[in-house]
Amino acid sequence: MRIEDKLYLIGYKVDEEDSHLKVNEKDVCKKCKHRACTFVCPVDVYKYDEKEENLAINYDACVECGTCKIVCEYIDWRYPRGGFGVAYKFG
Amino acid sequence: MKKKDFDVIIVGAGPAGIAAAYKLATAGVKVIVIERGAFPGAKNVMGGIFYRNVLADLIPDFEKTAPLERHIIEQKMWLLSEDSVLGGGLRSEKFNKEPYNCYSVFRAKFDKWFAQKAIEAGALIINETVVKEPIVEDGKVVGIRTDRPDGDLYADVVIAADGINSLFTKALGLRESITPDKVALTVKEVIGLPEKVINDRFGVLNKYEGVTIELTGPFFQGMTTMGFIYTNRTSVSIGLGAIVEDLVHNKANINDMLEKLKAHPAVKPLIHDGETKEYMAHMIPEGGYFAIPKLYSDGFMVCGDAAMLVNAVHREGSNLAIESGKLAADTYLEAKKTGDFSAKKLSAYQKKMKNSFVLKDLKMYRHLPKMMEDKRQLLTKYPQFAIDAAFDIYKIDGVAKIDKIKAIKKRVAKLGYIRMAKDAFDMWRKIR
Repeated sequence: MRIEDKLYLIGYKVDEEDSHLKVNEKDVCKKCKHRACTFVCPVDVYKYDEKEENLAINYDACVECGTCKIVCEYIDWRYPRGGFGVAYKFG
Repeated sequence: MKKKDFDVIIVGAGPAGIAAAYKLATAGVKVIVIERGAFPGAKNVMGGIFYRNVLADLIPDFEKTAPLERHIIEQKMWLLSEDSVLGGGLRSEKFNKEPYNCYSVFRAKFDKWFAQKAIEAGALIINETVVKEPIVEDGKVVGIRTDRPDGDLYADVVIAADGINSLFTKALGLRESITPDKVALTVKEVIGLPEKVINDRFGVLNKYEGVTIELTGPFFQGMTTMGFIYTNRTSVSIGLGAIVEDLVHNKANINDMLEKLKAHPAVKPLIHDGETKEYMAHMIPEGGYFAIPKLYSDGFMVCGDAAMLVNAVHREGSNLAIESGKLAADTYLEAKKTGDFSAKKLSAYQKKMKNSFVLKDLKMYRHLPKMMEDKRQLLTKYPQFAIDAAFDIYKIDGVAKIDKIKAIKKRVAKLGYIRMAKDAFDMWRKIR
């Protein structure tokens, strides 16, 4: 089962106004050797575009596990605003 | 005059925070719990096994109303290779008699129920509110800052039960940043299946009896990984967790690993034709005893995952969380008699924890996380050897047993008698 299909099964209340995930220094991704965020994230939030030299952050898929901030010190990780983000049915 | 809105503020409505709130509210303490989710449990995940005894102390008849799935009557351990399983385990009718040992549960439902119990006892629970930071005055924690307008709250004591991503312990300098070798990223799928299909596949008679399977072995390619399969009433929970450092080192994606596990020839028949209902991810503290921060400071105590209280060997976490919440509440109740909430007074919490099964168990296994990191062969080479040897013994092919045993002995020699003896000795020495 593809991760894209699994994401449809998760309940979210997306904060349209603000991303709770940011990389403040864009250049660090360009120089980053492992780009661990792009494969460690369990819901594929991070995608690196080699051509554009840009890290796309699809924050509305985030399940707030916190793994990305442990593998990368440049990720500015916050909780989504109160009430926003993932809301599990089962958990 | 000293600012004070509540006696105690608890951050996070998981098992630790709610247990503390329940106990305090029952004792007449003015307590508030701040939860960032839409409801208690909305953000909470675990594999799914809940041990009853810590909650029975608090709410003796909890089984009458709590949302429980199945009580576990059989616990299996599987060593997986690419195409085989070598298994063991225990099924006992003693596990099929009340009081039961443990249940499968869904945390989004269970925590919601537990929180309701705390509300009925008199606790106030505020949802949809993020705590931004502790308010510290003269080195003492006096309150919290939330993301609500005018959202500062003050109390005698703040209890942090805000989970693995806790900002408190770090902000207060009680621990360093979490490193990738100290946590496992775990994912899980809840796969819906008819009740009767589950009963038949797992060999139980009805929807109240359940089975657990823990999985590890060379199938996970040298990464420190634990998988699990748990039965619920009308679904099966399947998942796995791997140390984050191993994922980075192997450039591995945990969802890919889960898909591979679901396709294993021994696993696939258990979930065949099921419909995935939910997918979730959560980090589990795996650093063990040495990763636990100091549990208190002036006006402050920390409980549950925020204090890294997980016993990975026995897949225990929520029971340690509840016990820590109870002991933090006890400590507050004692301190309240004197009105002294200093670090010195609250250090009683650390002592209570030390004398409880929580820190005693974690201390016993204190060397294990490092050993698993250093001795990869424990999860790869040795299980692979055991699986291959078992296959040779079971396979009837005209070769005399004595010759098979000779061949197996040769393979042991290749693994190294001395090294194996040393590993066995180290394990014996370090886990006792």
